[in-house]
Amino acid sequence: MSLLGGTRVSGDLERLEEQLERMQAEVTDEEIWRSVELARHPDRPYTLDYVERLLDDFVELHGDRGRADDRALVTGLGRFGGRTVALIGHQKGRDLKERTERNFGMAYPEGYRKAMRVMELAGRHDFPLLTLVDTPGAYPGVSAEQHGQGGAIARSQAVLARLGVPIVSCIIGEGGSGGAIAIAVADRVLMQENAIYSVISPEGCAAILWRDAGEARKAAAAFKPDAVHSLELGVIDGIVPEPDDGAHTDHDGAARLLGESLELALSEVDGTPPDVLRRERRAKFRRMGIHA
Amino acid sequence: MVDQMAESGIDVSIERKDEPQAVEGKRHANTCPSCSSHYRDEELRASLRVCTQCGHHFPMPASERIAYLADPGSFEEEAADVRSADPLEFFDLRPYKERLAEAELQTGLGEAIVVGRATLDEHDCELSVMDFSFLGGSMGSAVGEKFVRACESAVERGAPLISVTASGGARMQEGILSLMQLPKTVCAVEDLHDAGGALISVMAHPTTAGVLASFASLGDVIVAEPKALLSFTGPRVVQQTTREKLPDDFGLSESNYRYGHVDAILPRNELRPYLARLLRLFSSETSDG
Repeated sequence: MSLLGGTRVSGDLERLEEQLERMQAEVTDEEIWRSVELARHPDRPYTLDYVERLLDDFVELHGDRGRADDRALVTGLGRFGGRTVALIGHQKGRDLKERTERNFGMAYPEGYRKAMRVMELAGRHDFPLLTLVDTPGAYPGVSAEQHGQGGAIARSQAVLARLGVPIVSCIIGEGGSGGAIAIAVADRVLMQENAIYSVISPEGCAAILWRDAGEARKAAAAFKPDAVHSLELGVIDGIVPEPDDGAHTDHDGAARLLGESLELALSEVDGTPPDVLRRERRAKFRRMGIHA
Repeated sequence: MVDQMAESGIDVSIERKDEPQAVEGKRHANTCPSCSSHYRDEELRASLRVCTQCGHHFPMPASERIAYLADPGSFEEEAADVRSADPLEFFDLRPYKERLAEAELQTGLGEAIVVGRATLDEHDCELSVMDFSFLGGSMGSAVGEKFVRACESAVERGAPLISVTASGGARMQEGILSLMQLPKTVCAVEDLHDAGGALISVMAHPTTAGVLASFASLGDVIVAEPKALLSFTGPRVVQQTTREKLPDDFGLSESNYRYGHVDAILPRNELRPYLARLLRLFSSETSDG
């Protein structure tokens, strides 16, 4: 397991040691909440900020070939590390207009159907698949339900479980529940240092269990959505470091660190025969969970 | 706006549009929430917990569901010893451990799912049956594990898997590990399919959120009970987010059928013969004559 993802090959030693120390220390409730805030920071780099910096010759692919082009999910092809890869990533908007167009990164079933079509395209042409996860959750709306949100999320995971090409995912902001896992059934799942990965938003959890959405901090402290806990629980394979003050302060630096980690993770699984990839990917998720 | 949308983006809560308490205080569990007919326990059991006046389907305990579906004496429970742990030492208003103990005491179940081998009309099959009365049928690590064991047992014996779901979604008290039960169960269904096995998914009220967004939706055939809520997000959260007036049949089986998400809606007394017919169709045996 690559505990630190790309950190082995990047950055100055001092900063790496600092990070290691931080990870070994018990994560405090305040640090968990800081992750929640940074994961949602309006200046945090989004999928397209990374695409611009990491992929050459990027061609965006649009539409689910049935109904719509859901702009909360970006899909396309590009060159990464000297070869063609397929990319799928959630995209939040930067300003109000773009946020509305992109539905705040909350996809409809049409978005997941577009993602599935690009997963299958990757499989047909033997392109490794990179996915970047950054969503508060799948969109909770009437037409989303009518068009089969639950089924789309289930089938998207099933397509990933069946794919014969290497898949590397990274949670780059909010890894919000079903909307996130729909594109994160991968051979290597990474998480940026200040990203969060959770089954429900802190506010949603607080509203249900504490009957008060204002208790979000308490809820976050209880269900521990931060990267270090995700790693400890065996849910992710590595943590991708961010620039010292967070990815939002230095998009170029964040992209460089993410690129190195993705490349390393990809190299670990690249060249594995399709049936072995599938078997090991499924076996990895088979082991997840802690029961008595 | 953003915060509010973010907050409502993910929902594992259990909601019913016709919550009985909301109408007139505490309704007795044997009183029909739809027409207020009241039944004795044995009457309800005899009618498969369907209101004989209006057809309302009451929740059905896993034990009664199994007794109805399996040939008498054929059910052999598997993975009965799998129990939930408390990996996060989760504490909201009460400790998760206490909620688990209480659920076990109240329901007599070890978890929100019961799995095992059985025959139905003499066809070998595997049964996986959820019980909503155990912590809202929520899926944590133990539920995921037991469902996966059911898939594995079905593969081993080359038998179709019949899954009955009733769940509010993922179990929040297990945090991210409960979300991971989605891909875990999905991978198990894919293994089952690769082995040539069939999954028949029966969605009872409610089949929502994480269970709808994983194995329940992957059935080769999907059937629903009448007026069951089958939605990824519950009506309350959708309403809060969109501020639209919801259609009367929002998320219900009937709406799902109209939009093409389920193959059939079956009253409970027709479920068993329907499943028997499917088991015959999926069996590899050729019939003579």
